[in-house]
Amino acid sequence: MAEPQPVLEMTGIVKEFPGVRALSGVDFRLFPGEIHALLGENGAGKSTLIKVLTGVHSLDGGTITLSGTSVRFDSPSQTQQAGISTVYQEVNLCPNLSVAENIFIGREPTRFGRIQWKRLRREAAELVDRLGLDIDVTAPLSSYPLAVQQLVAIVRSVGTGDADGQGAGTKVLILDEPTSSLDRDEVLELFALMRRLKDQGVAILFVSHFLDQIYEICDRMTVLRNGTLVGEHMVSELDQVGLIQLMIGKALDQLEELHDHQLRSDVGESLLQADGVGRVGGVAPFDLEIKKGEVIGLAGLLGSGRTELARLLFGADQPDSGTVTIGGKQVSMSAPNDAISEGVAFCSENRKTEGLVPDLTVRENIILALQASRGWTRPIPVAQRDELVAKYIKALDIRPANPEARVGQLSGGNQQKVLLARWLITQPKLLILDEPTRGIDIGAKAEIQKLVVSLSEDGMAVLYIAAELEEVLRLSHTIGVLRDRKLVAQLANGPEITPTRILETIASGEHQ
Amino acid sequence: MSTTTTTKRPPAAESRTPSKAAQLLGDRRLPVLVTAGLFLAMYVVGLSRYQNYGFGEAQVFMNLFIDNGYLLVAAVGVTFVILSGGIDLSVGSVIGFTTMFTAWLVERQGLPILVVIPMALAVGAFGGFLMGYVIHNFEIQPFIVTLAGLFLFRGLCLVISKESISIGDSSVSSMAGAQVSLGAGFLSIGAIVALVVLAVAFYVLHYTRFGRRVYAVGGNEQSAMLMGLPQGGTKIAVYTISGFCSALAGLLFTLYIQSGDPLHATGMELDAIAAVVIGGTLLTGGSGYVIGTLFGVLVLGLIKSLIQFEGTLSSWWTKIATGVLLCAFILIQRAMTARRKT
Repeated sequence: MAEPQPVLEMTGIVKEFPGVRALSGVDFRLFPGEIHALLGENGAGKSTLIKVLTGVHSLDGGTITLSGTSVRFDSPSQTQQAGISTVYQEVNLCPNLSVAENIFIGREPTRFGRIQWKRLRREAAELVDRLGLDIDVTAPLSSYPLAVQQLVAIVRSVGTGDADGQGAGTKVLILDEPTSSLDRDEVLELFALMRRLKDQGVAILFVSHFLDQIYEICDRMTVLRNGTLVGEHMVSELDQVGLIQLMIGKALDQLEELHDHQLRSDVGESLLQADGVGRVGGVAPFDLEIKKGEVIGLAGLLGSGRTELARLLFGADQPDSGTVTIGGKQVSMSAPNDAISEGVAFCSENRKTEGLVPDLTVRENIILALQASRGWTRPIPVAQRDELVAKYIKALDIRPANPEARVGQLSGGNQQKVLLARWLITQPKLLILDEPTRGIDIGAKAEIQKLVVSLSEDGMAVLYIAAELEEVLRLSHTIGVLRDRKLVAQLANGPEITPTRILETIASGEHQ
Repeated sequence: MSTTTTTKRPPAAESRTPSKAAQLLGDRRLPVLVTAGLFLAMYVVGLSRYQNYGFGEAQVFMNLFIDNGYLLVAAVGVTFVILSGGIDLSVGSVIGFTTMFTAWLVERQGLPILVVIPMALAVGAFGGFLMGYVIHNFEIQPFIVTLAGLFLFRGLCLVISKESISIGDSSVSSMAGAQVSLGAGFLSIGAIVALVVLAVAFYVLHYTRFGRRVYAVGGNEQSAMLMGLPQGGTKIAVYTISGFCSALAGLLFTLYIQSGDPLHATGMELDAIAAVVIGGTLLTGGSGYVIGTLFGVLVLGLIKSLIQFEGTLSSWWTKIATGVLLCAFILIQRAMTARRKT
């Protein structure tokens, strides 16, 4: 099949931020009349690529060619003039104006500077009709639900340049996660609109975390990983397992090699029971039981809802449905304090921003949670405090073994251990570890994993979140698989559970 | 009057159409209609109580415009600012400053009033422009910036003179005394200027791209920017307009009172804001009509007239009535926005 000329071609795109190379030599092509998915985990460079294309970020290297001519955009309005429109996840329209005005504002038809309202409304209605939508353009935008507002945003971007014959008409439409807040019916309506635009020859760049949607609507996909191009494929030629491998960057056999989990002793009685706990925009309602001494690993792609699930169990986000029972007692979970007083501890993913206070000393950081749980009126005796701190510095091998060192000066692995020590000192019943091994060296990683094993043997329950599947497999009794912000399966660990199996579960979205 | 937002033909999709009641409550014209109705009701009450004292004369009605023309002009300027989501506290001070500036130039410097008028307008507009520039470029809350403007202009009044300056200039007094007969009564030049300003503001807000940008910026500034609208320029222009209107209001006030005084129009920005809010413009911006501002000013003016006709009431009752009305209208606004969000 002879391929037509791409409407948009980006070659060797480089974008650097201070200290980070966000994009290194990425190529991207977009053909007229196709829907093209841009895929990658969080931080792979999708947003940066779109921002470079739309002129929000300047280009540090490479070329952009639009309809055969080389272009360079310095601002979003220039990009719009050239026929590239973007619709973001949040609707960027004015709710106080009518639908028609939102479509045309900034380029209303005028005669001698006077806005021609009749013509504006008529043209807006025609545009809406032509796209097969059923919207009263004279009604205020705020009278419609978010999904319709999103459609109006698309109509606006498609209609760019219609009035007064200004502009070039939209050739490229960029949809940046348009579906994340829509329900199923609304997504279908959006897809119908996308297909009609595609039939009219518009090239659509579609970004979504939902793999099913990619396979439903897209023709071609480009996968990024760590700011580099991993591949461009026709959607029909690559299945979901293959796609996920591309996204996380490990071949299956490679995963198999690392796979050597050792199961430990039986787990105890039930500790925490979550029934239908969920939060709109966080995680779909899920049931989860955690037993004493059990390690539950959460597997799933970045952005699949792992952290969100953990935050619900800690009360850091308030669930809007379901109940949490800890030790047979229902807990309200309206704030982290509720969870802490029931013996839940949470080591957050962002140790710098959410966990440690870098300007305080190791000792102060370690003692913080214990002091908080005792209340400020009952200070911990100095001798007892120093003894505890010394004990945990030794047990976790925190280096330097100086309780007066400032935490900000410690290495990442040692900071992680300080954070762990802080929660261990409160002797929690359930320890939630969100990416405890991220960004720390291999030795420290192994120590932390060993620690998790020994904690579990002492009867502490651990909810363990890690990006690396083999890490989850090695440590967990049970593996919860998340996909698209939904807990899709809970697999009991055993010889038959392999990284492949988990990947298949992530890809298919069901327990096999 | 309003050609913009409301629907005449029945909306198409049933599932998405809000119910009749919700539609009525969500109708952006509702507050204006409420205020107009209130004005009418108050007028009828006045007629029934004070008919024998001449309340029904056409001139009493026209006096509402004559006595409140300056307030209407100032409130129109404030309407622009509030529609864009901002606030302007400097209005009263700019009015006071303009009376001093005009009186000083005419009386002490002997400049003809026709030369002084454009100078005063330019100073007011430039002051507004500066405040808008600071608000936009340094991203400072309008409240603080215009509060600084309030003190600055009030201070400048005292720099010109600590004493009030009465104007004896013959051209000024002939201008102030001019009457344009209209049916059974007459209007002053000030009242006519105020009505022209109102008409121009209505046209600008509803029939020019700039006017729609004011609404867009007030609705959602971030969105306005992402839609490619020059939101910074719009904000600066809005404060410039308010400064210009304040200076014009100051000139009308000078004509009305024929003197300059460093304490003239103290607190008048609050009257202007009250008129705008009672006229149905949302303090959060993006919703309201300049016609509503007219009714807001008329309601405030009518309260004053009614109290004068009553004769036994202290003029402080004006303030009390204004306070009660303001409170009531803020509550109506709250109910409307709360309804709209669901």
